[in-house]
Order: sequence, then C-alpha cells, then structure tokens
Amino acid sequence: MDLTLKIWRQENAKAKGHFETYKLTDISPECSFLEMLDILNEQLINDNIAHPVCFDNDCREGICGMCGLYINGRPHGPDEGVTTCQLHMRRFHDGDTITIEPWRAKPFPVIKDLVVDRSAFDKIIQAGGYTSATTGGVPDANAIPIPKHKADEAMDSASCIGCGACVAACKNASAMLFVSGKVSQLALLPQGKTEAAIRVKRMVKKMDELGFGSCTNTFACEAECPKQLKRTNIARMNREFICAKVCSEEK
Amino acid sequence: MATLNSKIPQGSLSEKWTNYKASQKLVNPANKRKLDVIVVGTGLAGASAAASLGALGFNVKVFCIQDSPRRAHSIAAQGGINAAKNYPNDGDSIGRLFYDTIKGGDYRAREANVYRLAEVSNNIIDQCVAQGVPFARDYSGYLANRSFGGAQVSRTFYAKGQTGQQLLLGAYSALSKQIKEGTVKLYTRREMENLVVIDGKARGIITRDLVTGKLERWFGHCVVLATGGYGNVYYLSTNAMGSNGSAAVQCYKKGAYFANPCYVQIHPTCIPVHGDYQSKLTLMSESLRNDGRIWVPKKLEDAQAIREGKKTANDIPEEDRDYYLERRYPAFGNLVPRDIASRAAKERCDAGYGVGTGKAVFLDFSSAINRLGKDKVAERYGNLFQMYQKIEDENPYETPMKIYPAVHYTMGGLWVDYELQTTIPGLFAAGECNFSDHGANRLGASALMQGLADGYFVLPYTVQNYLAAEIYNQPIPTTHQEFDKAEDEVKERIAKILSIKGKTTVDTLQKELGHVMWEYVGMGRTKEGLQKALPLIENVKQRFWSDVRVDESEDCLNPELEKALRLADHLELASLIARDALQREESCGGHFREEHQTEEGEAKRDDENFMFVGAWEYKEGAEPQMHKEDLNYEFIKVQTRNYK
Repeated sequence: MDLTLKIWRQENAKAKGHFETYKLTDISPECSFLEMLDILNEQLINDNIAHPVCFDNDCREGICGMCGLYINGRPHGPDEGVTTCQLHMRRFHDGDTITIEPWRAKPFPVIKDLVVDRSAFDKIIQAGGYTSATTGGVPDANAIPIPKHKADEAMDSASCIGCGACVAACKNASAMLFVSGKVSQLALLPQGKTEAAIRVKRMVKKMDELGFGSCTNTFACEAECPKQLKRTNIARMNREFICAKVCSEEK
Repeated sequence: MATLNSKIPQGSLSEKWTNYKASQKLVNPANKRKLDVIVVGTGLAGASAAASLGALGFNVKVFCIQDSPRRAHSIAAQGGINAAKNYPNDGDSIGRLFYDTIKGGDYRAREANVYRLAEVSNNIIDQCVAQGVPFARDYSGYLANRSFGGAQVSRTFYAKGQTGQQLLLGAYSALSKQIKEGTVKLYTRREMENLVVIDGKARGIITRDLVTGKLERWFGHCVVLATGGYGNVYYLSTNAMGSNGSAAVQCYKKGAYFANPCYVQIHPTCIPVHGDYQSKLTLMSESLRNDGRIWVPKKLEDAQAIREGKKTANDIPEEDRDYYLERRYPAFGNLVPRDIASRAAKERCDAGYGVGTGKAVFLDFSSAINRLGKDKVAERYGNLFQMYQKIEDENPYETPMKIYPAVHYTMGGLWVDYELQTTIPGLFAAGECNFSDHGANRLGASALMQGLADGYFVLPYTVQNYLAAEIYNQPIPTTHQEFDKAEDEVKERIAKILSIKGKTTVDTLQKELGHVMWEYVGMGRTKEGLQKALPLIENVKQRFWSDVRVDESEDCLNPELEKALRLADHLELASLIARDALQREESCGGHFREEHQTEEGEAKRDDENFMFVGAWEYKEGAEPQMHKEDLNYEFIKVQTRNYK
C-alpha cells in the first residue's frame, strides 16, 4: 500500500517543531506500524533526505510501555486495547494520509521528534508507589490469604504499562488513571494497606506539583488506555484520598 | 592471566550457602555510606540488586538505556516464576528443583550455584508478595501454582500472562523507594560504553548520555553488570529492540572471561517470520503447550497444499495429522523441554512438512476446546489468543496457531564464580548476562527466578564480602588517567564509526549477520557450517568498518549511532559464539551439533571430554583463548536426559 505520512519533526526540546510530509510506497499490510517507520527511516538514510525520525520503542510486544505515538489524533492509533507497536498496517487503507505526533502534555516535554520525557511518572512512583518492605525479613507468602476477587482486581489495576496515553488523551493532561492504578493495586492488598493513607496523599501531591491537570470525568483516559484500565480506579483513589485527608491520623 | 577459581564453599550441598553467609565479611553501617556501587541495568537482576544494596546503606548508582527503569525487557516474561514452596503438596522440594534445573541444563551447570538458586527461590516469592505483587490466587485466598515447561510438579507462580511485568514492577517499586530515600541515584537514557579498570580492579564505567551524546565518567568501588543477554546478535529474536550484549563485550575486552557463548536458547513457540521488514519475533508463552497440541500434516502433499493456500488445517482429517512430539516423546509429549521441541519442529519443516511459509507448525487447541469448553480455554489463554490474533489476523479458537522456534535466551554470558564475580575483581555479573545457573538449556520460569535470586539474595551478601576490604580505599577521582584512557577509547570508536560515511545502513548489516548466525550457528550446527560462518561473520565485520552509514548527529538523540555501537560488539560476539560452537564437539541442551546425535536424532553428550565450562579470554589482535572450568558432579548422578 502507498501512504503519505505527516510527521512531527523537532530538533530538540528547545527548538520549534513542524510537520514534514513523506511518501512511502509498497508497504505490506502485514507490517506493524513501527516497522513501517523503520522502512521510512531506512529510506531517509539511504536517500540522504533527512535525519531519521526518532521514536521511542523497545519490546514491540505491547508490554514495556516505551512506544507511544499520537496517530491521526488518537494515542496509539485507531485500534482499541493495543499499543502503537501492536498496531498493524492492515488497519489502514491504500492511499491514506497518516498524521503522527508525539504525546502532547506539559509534564511530558518533547526531547526530539516523537520522543517525550516521561520521567514525571517515575517521580510519582518514587513519591510513594510502593510498600516499604525491604529485602528479607518478610513473612511466608501464604501467611496472609487474600480473597481471589481482591487479588484479581489488584492485578487488573496493576496492569498499567506507564506509557502515558491516558495523559496524552486527556484535555487537562491529567495523570489520574496512571496514579489511581498504583494506588488501587496497593490499597486492595493487605500488604499495601498499612501505608495506604500516606501513599495516596504523597502521590497526589507529587502529581499536582509536576503540573498534571485535574480530572473532569470525561474518561478519555479509559477509552484510550492500551491495557484498558478502568475508571473505577479513579473512583477508588478519590475515596482513598478523601478518607486519608479526613480520617487518617498520619500527617 | 586470571585463573578460574569458582570459590565454591566447603561442606555438603545444602550447607554451602549457609557456611558462606556465616563466614563472609560484613561492612558496618557507617562505612557502607562511603562505598560506591555501580549497577548497570534495571531488569529483574539490576533493579533488585540496586534496591537491596541501597537498602543496606551502600551508595548506589543505577543506569538504564530506556527512559525509565520499568521498561527493561524482564517485563515481557509471560509465564511465571518457579519456587520450591511445595504449596500443592505434590512432592516438590529444594532438592527436586535443584535436580530438575541441573537435568534441564543437560548437566552443564555448576552444582553449588544451582542448589543455592533453588534454596533462595522460596524467599523470592515471600519478597514479591510483601511488595504487593498480585500473584494469581485460588478461591481459598492462597497462592495458585501451575505446572510449566515440562515440570512434573506445579511450582510455577504467575500473575496472569504478565508475570515478568508484575515482578519487575515490584523490583522497580523497591528501587523507587530507595531513590526517594537517597541511597540510590538513577540515571536513565544512559548506555555503558566502557569499563574502567584501575590496578586490576573494576573501578568505574563510561556512559553515553543518549539524549545529549555526552560521555560521562562514574566511579564505583565495584561494578555490577545486569545488562541481559545477547540474543539480538541473531537480529530476529524475542528480545526487545534495545536488548544488547554490548556492555558484556566491553567487559570481556577488559579481561572478563566470556563463558559458554554457544549456549543459545531457541524457544519453540513463537509467531513465525513472514517478511524481510520484520523487526522482531513475538513469543507465545510456553504455557500454551499445556493444552495445545503440536502437529504437521503426515502427507507431504497436504503440507504443500496448505502452503499454497489450497487447503487449511481444518481440511486435514485426524488420521492424517502427525503429532510428532507425542509420537517421539510419549512420556512428556508436547511438554518436552524447549531445545527438544524446537529441534523437532525444525526437523519436520526441513523434511518438507512445514506449513505457512514452510517454516511453521500448527499449535492446535481444538481438542482442549472440546474437552474444557471455549470459556475455560479463554480464561487460561485469552490474552495470548488476543495477542496472536492482533499480529496474525487469524482466530486461534477456530484455526490452529502457526508457530516456529526463535532465539529467546542466552545461557552463556560473563564467567562468574560462586560470588557472581567475574575474572576482573570488583566486577560482578547478575541475571542473564552471567552464565551461571542454566547450563546448556534453561527451563521455563527459571529466568525470573535467577534474576531475582541474584539481585535480592546473592549479591547483597557477596558484594558486601568484597567491599569489606574496600573500606580503606577512598573514591578515585574520575580525572584519573585510566578514566581518560577509557573515555578516549569510546571517543575514538564513535569518531571512527561516524567518519566511515559508507552506503550500508546498520540494520542491513545486523540483518545480514543475523542470517549467517541463524543459518550456520542456529538450531542445527555442523563443523562445516561453523567453519563457513566464521569468514562470513568476518566479512560483515569488514563491511561494517568500511561501509556503514550512520547519521552524523553526535550531540543529540541518535538511535542509528546507538545501534551501530551495539552492532560493532555483536560482531565480536558472533564469532565467539561460532568459535565456541565449533570447539564443543558434542550436543548438549541448546547446542546441537548434527554430527553428534543418536540414531533416533537425539542429542549426544560427550561427558568424558566436554564436561567443562568453556571460558574465553579476549586477546587484542589475536584469536581468543579458551580456559576450562571442569564441572564436578559430587551430589548428582549424571545421566542421559530422557523425555521419552
């Protein structure tokens, strides 16, 4: 298939970006989206047209969370429940024009072309997204039974891959779905319960500090999440947060 | 020249680790703060080591090439993690896990290391649960187990099909806590480009900031390498795009021996190759073999008709299907170890019975669906089926999956002693980048176990034992001439690559190398083929250094330059793999020499002549030299692996 690509090019964080148009011919529909970009880059290098397009990617099987492109106005493109690397060209048509942009959100500044800096997510986890158990000295794994439905729910909340699509999709650049996934997972489990109140307060504070916007309940995050994290996580986090503020003895 | 002293502690097998811990040296808390530890890599081994050493109070710096430590490729492991908990009461024990791992590795691993691995396996599960890892549970609320990868007991703990992800996020959260407490400093988008050795000891690393292109110097009283395997030498593998063996090669060139490079695991259940543009192969979890049946048509003409699209799998009647694993290995059937299943698939395809492009076999769930119902099958494998459908555009509930073996894991790696220390004092290697525990073949769900065992429960002891003697040594300023020298070497290498301005892209050359490796140093190796491979690799190497074309921007994000630097090292490794495969005149585990097989086509080991670890020493400008570490089995009776 033949394609026209409109790709965001930006030299570095400070430079002004712009769209460039490239033509590709004879792309196999079996190709993945990122393989299509590989082909483009080979062409750009071989024909000495421009510097290759930079885009983040690693595992190419939808689990590392490294890739993330805004494709025709949607994070990770038109398919539901997949990351950019799992999107295949058979989803497009011969002759299509495809617009490719980086995540657009203030807390995720562009590094180059389609690559953004998502270290803000690491900082939120560092603020409290853990249990304080250090290595060794913990009880037997079966010492505390956990109801299956709770464990399953915690697993669903934990399946976030930290790609940032939720932030990119949100008109307020809110990170509520990301933060609430971790808060929920740990609040649901007895091992995380001890520090639940202090955790939610610290993580929300850090999220606000880093410039992520507020949640106004449009749930674009849920619609675009490649791992289909549910909005109930946000509800649970709000509940945890209010309880922590009102009832918690800890400061 | 370093000598190979494996430093195995005295005592019976079950006392060795206890004895070691009881007699090791410790560092007092006030001194720990003054000691710098560098950890390279943030996968299961690196993140768990950095978190644990940080929690002990050492001053840790941790580096990763991705934008976040959570991206490391451990995250992609699907199936599970083994431990000898024996929760199901089905006869498991530390001794049994130890024995299975040694046998699975075809009697080419060190007894003492493997026993320790089995011993600490239970602590890992406890640790992960305490971190909030959401393992699967039964209705009782207790942890669920499944059998995996040919084990006769259910000892595998899992979190849906995302066990690696959940374990890595657990280690990442422990790491994050230490970062917050200030005992660990994190450096992302940094790639290690050189090791600094001062007076014979590892004292630091040179990294390249991938965003700015700046070279940086870091001092450490010791260096822990946890940079994963080298499967991407083969280009197409189940590894992530960025996974590479570069840091290990840098250490090899500085004097660390590289052990058993020819032990490469080829995983039987991957989605087959279908085009030249393909960048990676996707693994379909081994757990599928619990319920899926592998077959090809019995008749050549049926296979041909399927390849030509004239027939589909469903047109082949039951009696014309060859369930070749069940036929050849009635006792283990579809659950034979990975190396055996892979070779059997290749054998059928080479004989002309392959489907798809000719390099694929069927993995069929129809009898499982009949037996268990579609819902049950969906509950067990739903996410894998969905993944398959996304890639292949076929519904595995209706037509069988097509699978083919692909490079997946490398058992070889930097040679380490019992303390996980390489032949360079102060340089430790953990996880897939060392050679230590899996012998010639790794069992399913054992990689996660080893990575976390090394990081949580081995290195905190052995690194401390090493550092106890370092408390008298002040940090060495990075203005030391050895840092100058190491940085200059990297500068020179980069300048050389950028100055070539040739006509061939990095990917083209890496693909070519991959073809040579897969063809001649892949699943079935022969003396003739390996001798052919060496000059072919040399040829790619020469073309790389004379004709590679790399985008010139040096001072900003430049993935082409990153790939070129890695390929330069992969070319070194490629010939080392081939050389090692050539010297090992036997078949064992993942290493199959066609000259050495039984009449039934099974691997034929030569214990008399090859029961050793082959550790290679780098020689500048000359051929590498192999040293032997003999494997002495004191506790286990060495047998022929038999899965019939």
